[in-house]
Amino acid sequence: MAIIIDQDTRVVVQGMTGNQGSFHTGQMVKYGTNVVAGTSPNKYGQDHDGIPVFASVREAVLERGANASIVFVPAAFAKDAAFEAIDAGCKVVVMIPEHIPVQDSILIVEYARFRGAKVVGPNTYGVISPGKAKMGIMPNHIYAPGPVGLVARSGTLSYEIAAALTQAGLGQSTAIGMGGDPVVGQVFNDILHQFEKDTETKACVLVGEIGGSAEEEAAEFIKTMTKPVVAYLAGRAAPPGKRMGHAGAIIERGRGTLESKRKALEAAGVTVVEMPWEVAPAVKKLLG
Amino acid sequence: MKLYEYLAKGRLKAQGIPVPPGVLCRTPDEVAQALDEICPAAVKAQVLVGGRGKAGGIKFATNPEEGRKVASEILGMNLKGYTVEQVYVEGKIDVEREFYVSVTVDRNARKPLIMASSHGGVEIEDVEDKYIVRRHVDEAFGMQGYLARDIAAEMGLEGDIAKQVAVILQKLYEVFRAEDAELVEINPLVVSGGKVIAADARLNIDDAALFRHKDLPTVAEGTELELKVKEIGLAFVQLDGDIAVMANGAGMAMATLDALQHFGGKPANFLDAGGGASVEPTAQAMGVLVSMKPKAIFVNIFGGITRCDDVANAIVQAKQTQGIPVPLVVRLVGTNEQQGVEILRREGIEAFREMSEAAAKAVELAGEVR
Repeated sequence: MAIIIDQDTRVVVQGMTGNQGSFHTGQMVKYGTNVVAGTSPNKYGQDHDGIPVFASVREAVLERGANASIVFVPAAFAKDAAFEAIDAGCKVVVMIPEHIPVQDSILIVEYARFRGAKVVGPNTYGVISPGKAKMGIMPNHIYAPGPVGLVARSGTLSYEIAAALTQAGLGQSTAIGMGGDPVVGQVFNDILHQFEKDTETKACVLVGEIGGSAEEEAAEFIKTMTKPVVAYLAGRAAPPGKRMGHAGAIIERGRGTLESKRKALEAAGVTVVEMPWEVAPAVKKLLG
Repeated sequence: MKLYEYLAKGRLKAQGIPVPPGVLCRTPDEVAQALDEICPAAVKAQVLVGGRGKAGGIKFATNPEEGRKVASEILGMNLKGYTVEQVYVEGKIDVEREFYVSVTVDRNARKPLIMASSHGGVEIEDVEDKYIVRRHVDEAFGMQGYLARDIAAEMGLEGDIAKQVAVILQKLYEVFRAEDAELVEINPLVVSGGKVIAADARLNIDDAALFRHKDLPTVAEGTELELKVKEIGLAFVQLDGDIAVMANGAGMAMATLDALQHFGGKPANFLDAGGGASVEPTAQAMGVLVSMKPKAIFVNIFGGITRCDDVANAIVQAKQTQGIPVPLVVRLVGTNEQQGVEILRREGIEAFREMSEAAAKAVELAGEVR
């Protein structure tokens, strides 16, 4: 088991023939992901590295049985692409692009709720179930199959922690990027619900950031979880009101501070560590 | 992106929300001329900083000559680091009551949020929770009339005033949607002679949506250095410490600042070199770090999409072209790590593998050991 994607996921890549789409399709296939189709507004009707390219997701679903989409189209067209994938019946849509207008993201998330689809991101590095499949832009070699469910807002920071876990002999059931934007589909809460039910996952790692209150909301659910959770929160040195790259990472009006997150998580029984390199040892200790 | 007050009010007016009469002026003569039509008037500095009034950026005039005098005081003045180039001459209104209304994005509910209060004119954070009405809108379906009426009633308003406020709330939501706003706020929304008018307004546009609003004049915000790095295409925030920092990825960059602070150091900046930056922008970013004259530079890279050899080459390029005259600590792991480490070694730079050791070393070299 794993969450969100596994070896049975049949992936369509929206925007497969572009620079990013093409490179990462290659990486996903190399990892063993079942990429069954791609779409392109201009290059449909041909094969791209042996994968058929269609004009629409609907065709990819009808002809190749695609059930999950990863989106590489430019931000201005991302809303349309997400709606297309959800409407065609994809139950998982991974949104890689950054700089998608926030009101577009709100509509994407509302439509996904309405149609019962899971949207990962936008502005995410994607999702990987090590040894089974990956839909994303993460490096292939830093993950290993195992018992840790990893969820982070941020890409590179998540790689840092995944690599440390792997090095410590702690593989991952699934690693997922929530996305750095203010409005994203799957939030900590949704993901932890799935890890709690997943039989392969024995412990969870949450990598949070200042801004918003997704961590505080997750804390409410963690109180009811049976599996242990370790958290690292980035941004203690960030001054209030400054935007730290991620549109999400901004402290405003006294909300979303590191302290409020830490308090909420600790009250829920989470082991909150101070520095990223303390995550793997903390998980090791909890798993015994 | 924040809009100037006059632009924000223009957008409100275009949607049918009553605003006081006003004219944008660039010279004292223009202000005097405006006062022939609009009198008495407030002469307001058009800058994107709060607390303009207290800082002397808003003055009143009751005749054209007075208008000319206060305009010459305000135009050209330095207001919290910004030079005032334009003033907005706006009809003074008699205020009977003040309300607060806004539409913003609630990132947790992932819906637009309307906030309203009959206690306006102050910072909304200072208003007690029980006096703030909060209601979400399903963006796909839009704002319905009942919701606007409900909110006005919950604000404790009655009769014609409640009706006017309800109409304004619906129009405000239209502004929020049409302008791709992150925030549109009227504070205060005032009652003057039985009419409800937007006395002051803020409109912040989502930067990611600016491609849909090409008619808007772009207003550059930030320090000179911040704007320079923005041009390279990287995310940069100036801080007040003395260890210059470069990392790849926003979360990683934040964690890097945390690590320096953990060992007693003070970061001079936040710089996200991106998840996949090539040699040229990375070298330029190094140049910016050097120009800040820090006590040390700390480069922290976990190469996923970013290639370690690219980063190493960028560092070498910066070193050879402009020199790096301060202690440099590089932590380099991930994709093409071995090549990167070799490239640096040839230049006499020994890269670290562990983030903790590297951060501690950077703090030590900056002379800030806790």
